[in-house]
Amino acid sequence: MPDMAPDTLQFNDHLLPCPSGLTLQALLASQGLTPERVATAVNARFVPRTLHASTALQPGDHVVTFEAIVGG
Amino acid sequence: MHETPKPFTVHGVTLHSRFFLGSAGYPSPQVLQEALLASGAQVVTVGLRRSHASGGDNGFVASVLQAVRERGGQLLPNTAGCRSATEAVALAHMARELYGTHWIKLEVVGDEHTLQPCPWGTLEAATQLVKDGFAVFPYCTDDLVSAQRLVDAGCQVLMPWGAPIGSGQGLLNPWALRTLRARLPDITLVVDAGLGLPSHAAQAMELGFDAVLLNSAVSQAREPVRMARAFAHAVQAGRLGFEAGAMAPQPMAVASTPVTGRPLLIG
Repeated sequence: MPDMAPDTLQFNDHLLPCPSGLTLQALLASQGLTPERVATAVNARFVPRTLHASTALQPGDHVVTFEAIVGG
Repeated sequence: MHETPKPFTVHGVTLHSRFFLGSAGYPSPQVLQEALLASGAQVVTVGLRRSHASGGDNGFVASVLQAVRERGGQLLPNTAGCRSATEAVALAHMARELYGTHWIKLEVVGDEHTLQPCPWGTLEAATQLVKDGFAVFPYCTDDLVSAQRLVDAGCQVLMPWGAPIGSGQGLLNPWALRTLRARLPDITLVVDAGLGLPSHAAQAMELGFDAVLLNSAVSQAREPVRMARAFAHAVQAGRLGFEAGAMAPQPMAVASTPVTGRPLLIG
């Protein structure tokens, strides 16, 4: 995990600003992701779509998105 | 007359195909789609991965979704790559949201070399996921006692390995699989992993297993579409053979032609 500057969070493999009041829904929208395309975990905990708008992010959070792939 | 095996029901869904097929490792989306069609599979496994910057999957997932939609099939997302119950439970919830199904193929790996499923992690995750309303399809070994514990946890389906994932070695321990079938007669049993040849699938079905799940044997074949068709025939043949009831093996020869005495011996 890279060293994190104050007021940033980690989104997948890169750092992003984390302004006060940033929600998970707003973060995904800023990255061009619609909730139907990805599932999301914050600090290794699954956050369902129904909670994206009410999930406030904090500096230092680690947000990971998952997408559909082929599998065996 | 072309006779097909009887349909069966898994978690309330009636299935006419006992061939579950994985969607990974095909040379192109078109070959994948044609192989799914040739297989007749109604249950198709898919996965999840962490998003990364390299972009999309070149249409593979879209091919799966289209093929399953056209056939009225069922997606079976997996928790591949998980090494702990906590990880697997979280990934299962994400799969339910992304794919819109409560079916989950539960994989919790316990050994990196053999990819052998961890019996403790699998049981812990299965227990939680059943409580969370999932239809859990645990990938497990052929160990009877750990299989019984999964049933105790509420699993209606078990998916024991035939051999390590991707090895293509066939059924390494038919005795253990036969024992599972005998001791768990009311549980849906699916041989998952390790099959390499259509004859391996036929053998599993002849043992009374309800279905087989495989991936690499088709996707890594020189001609995946033809191999998918070959497995479909083998699964049907094996199941029909099981349903028809095999003869009892005999220790010595037993003449089959009802002759009277020796044909040319006079007197």
